[in-house]
Amino acid sequence: MADKNGFFDLSKTTLTRRTALKGLAAGAGLAVAPGFVRYSQAQSSAPIKIGFQSHRTGIGAAYGRWYEKTTAAAVKAINAAGGINGRQVEVIIEDDGTDPGRGAEVVGKFATQHKTDIVFGTLFSHVVIGSAPAAGENKMPYFVVSEGHHVASTKLNRYVFQPGITDVKSQIQSMAPWIAANAGKKVTQIFPDFAFGYDHRDYLPPALKAQGAEVIAQIAIPPTESSFTKYFPQIPPETEVIYHVMVGPAVLTFVKELGEFYGSNRPQLFGFMDSLEATDINSPGLEFLDGSHFWEGSPRYAQADDSAAQKAYRAAVGIDDNGAAVGDPKDVSTASHMFGCWETLYVVKKAMEDAGYKGPEDRAKLVEATEALTAFAEGPEHPQGPKTFNGKIHQCFGIQNISKVEGGKLKVVHKTKIEDGLYEAEGDYTKQAL
Amino acid sequence: MNEASPARAYALHLGVIALLFALSFVLPEYYHGLLARIMVLAVFAMGYNMLFGYVGLLSLGHAMFFGAGLYGAGLAIIQLGWGVPLAFLGGVACGALLALVIGLLALRTTGVAFMIVTMMFAQVFYLLILYFAAWTGGDQGQVVPQPARVLNFGATSLDLTNPTVRYMTALVLFSLVLLVMLAIVRSRYGRVLVAIRENEERTKMLGYDTFSNKLMAVVVSGTICAASGAAYALLFGYVGSSFASVQYSILPLLWVLLGGAATTLGPLIGTVFMYYVIDVTSGYTSAYLLIVGIALILLVLFFPKGILGSIRQRWLGWLP
Repeated sequence: MADKNGFFDLSKTTLTRRTALKGLAAGAGLAVAPGFVRYSQAQSSAPIKIGFQSHRTGIGAAYGRWYEKTTAAAVKAINAAGGINGRQVEVIIEDDGTDPGRGAEVVGKFATQHKTDIVFGTLFSHVVIGSAPAAGENKMPYFVVSEGHHVASTKLNRYVFQPGITDVKSQIQSMAPWIAANAGKKVTQIFPDFAFGYDHRDYLPPALKAQGAEVIAQIAIPPTESSFTKYFPQIPPETEVIYHVMVGPAVLTFVKELGEFYGSNRPQLFGFMDSLEATDINSPGLEFLDGSHFWEGSPRYAQADDSAAQKAYRAAVGIDDNGAAVGDPKDVSTASHMFGCWETLYVVKKAMEDAGYKGPEDRAKLVEATEALTAFAEGPEHPQGPKTFNGKIHQCFGIQNISKVEGGKLKVVHKTKIEDGLYEAEGDYTKQAL
Repeated sequence: MNEASPARAYALHLGVIALLFALSFVLPEYYHGLLARIMVLAVFAMGYNMLFGYVGLLSLGHAMFFGAGLYGAGLAIIQLGWGVPLAFLGGVACGALLALVIGLLALRTTGVAFMIVTMMFAQVFYLLILYFAAWTGGDQGQVVPQPARVLNFGATSLDLTNPTVRYMTALVLFSLVLLVMLAIVRSRYGRVLVAIRENEERTKMLGYDTFSNKLMAVVVSGTICAASGAAYALLFGYVGSSFASVQYSILPLLWVLLGGAATTLGPLIGTVFMYYVIDVTSGYTSAYLLIVGIALILLVLFFPKGILGSIRQRWLGWLP
């Protein structure tokens, strides 16, 4: 049924038969380009293939770039030391666009086209949750570096693990004793009105209550907001600590406007480094943060008491003493999270060696071997610090850093204990069938 | 207007369905899974094409109908513990009801205003998903548990997570919607819709109630999109707000424009084309969206009516 008045004509350009055939041929060529048989099944002498689900584009691109750098450094170190079970490690990268729909497709692509041994490296929670069903259905071990509570909540499936970075529930819980003892007992929370903020909204009040402190106000700010001044009068005057976890480009405006609102007479400020990952702490507008405190997973700035393992890790990844790329001071890293890639790969190595892993037919053994792990000692493989691992909930627990902004740098003033972040298991993945 | 004999048109469509069935046995594993997903999303595109292609109403809010089906089916399982068939019907019903309400309100406008109004309603729908995060999972979304995605028929059961079952289920849905679309296009009702697109005032003068016909088209379009969303939740096990975002309102528009608006098979061709361009180019460069953009520009220049639309215009005038 042809339309007559050209309603769908997007241009009036004429089309020759030859041009049309060329176009069709080009389209067909694109369609068959991937090479269906390029990738062959891993064999005992072949490399271990790790599918890296990377946020190369989309909202997670800044994280994705540093996750790739850290992963490349870890793989280089592992291969230099003999690989895994004597086999070299090969990383195959696919961009998920930081999109859960594409993420699931990428996991399927790793499983059925690249035929990787595992999938690894996802950060953003919605991509992890969107991809988890594909991992479970393909029986593909899926090692994420997300810090979300979704893995430990046991609402995903037995093939999803988070052994290299602590989850946000544990992080928040760990902060409460220090906040109550050092910053103040009356806390006002300001958080973005979506899931990341809800974790803080839900987990902080009970953790503070257990320390004899309280949340006296919770201010949720819509993610579309670009100006924040109108929210600040909602902060109760008796507030001793403002706990803020704003993220995204608007964080600079948020801090600037908060500074203008309070001037020099402000309550204590406590934030999460998620707000300022890949952002220079000395950016214009952030001066107001001087003297405030932040959670850091792994310190961005080199510390006086850094262990030899931490120094070696930083050198291997290529970050300078300020946490920026060596040779490019403006390229600030995502230090609080990216160490998780390094540590996760060493957990994978350990589990594969424990399982005597030979190929995809041993994936179930790999899952069980990972679940059997209980602790990771601090050292070159775990430079952020020691960790315990709960195989029932597939989640590790570790130390956290509290850093103070001083002279345009972040100085670690407190390290929490692993026990500070432990909580009751909410389920048991090991009861699920493999 | 060149008309195909019914036999030729139906033979073509049944041939396409047979081809898709045959591909199930020869496609490599990855492309087998990808095509299942493409067929489900092509249903979404067909629903969009119903309104855009045949009525000439450009909506920028169809993600809400897809989302209504997605959440209607997904939450029925997660929150209410419904079985798969009932959850699917629930999702479709949510989409149909939403389309009826949106149609009643949005059809008071036309042209650019219709685009804006549908986009605003879709944004309200999207923000409601975030607002009721306790039930919907907010921006993170939720997993539809694997054990719940099983169709039980007495002693036998069909596991929707099995690749073959999933492919065939997607094919059944796609085939059904494709044949329904063909029947609509060839029916008197379909001709009235095209008449409205070409000249609404003249259609009114001929005695047709154009509002009712357009409203029916919105409801059918929304229902088909919701069926796609419900199937997506059940077959792929994830319900998330990104599927209700503005991106998923624009995607079906692109798929339809690429494949050929007002062609029954254009939505499938456009969806396949777009998926493969993204899948292939993303393997070579992180700037794959640039390549997608160039591909779109080239298509606009050389296939102004979309792939199938241009083919119909130049060679196969009988294509429905």
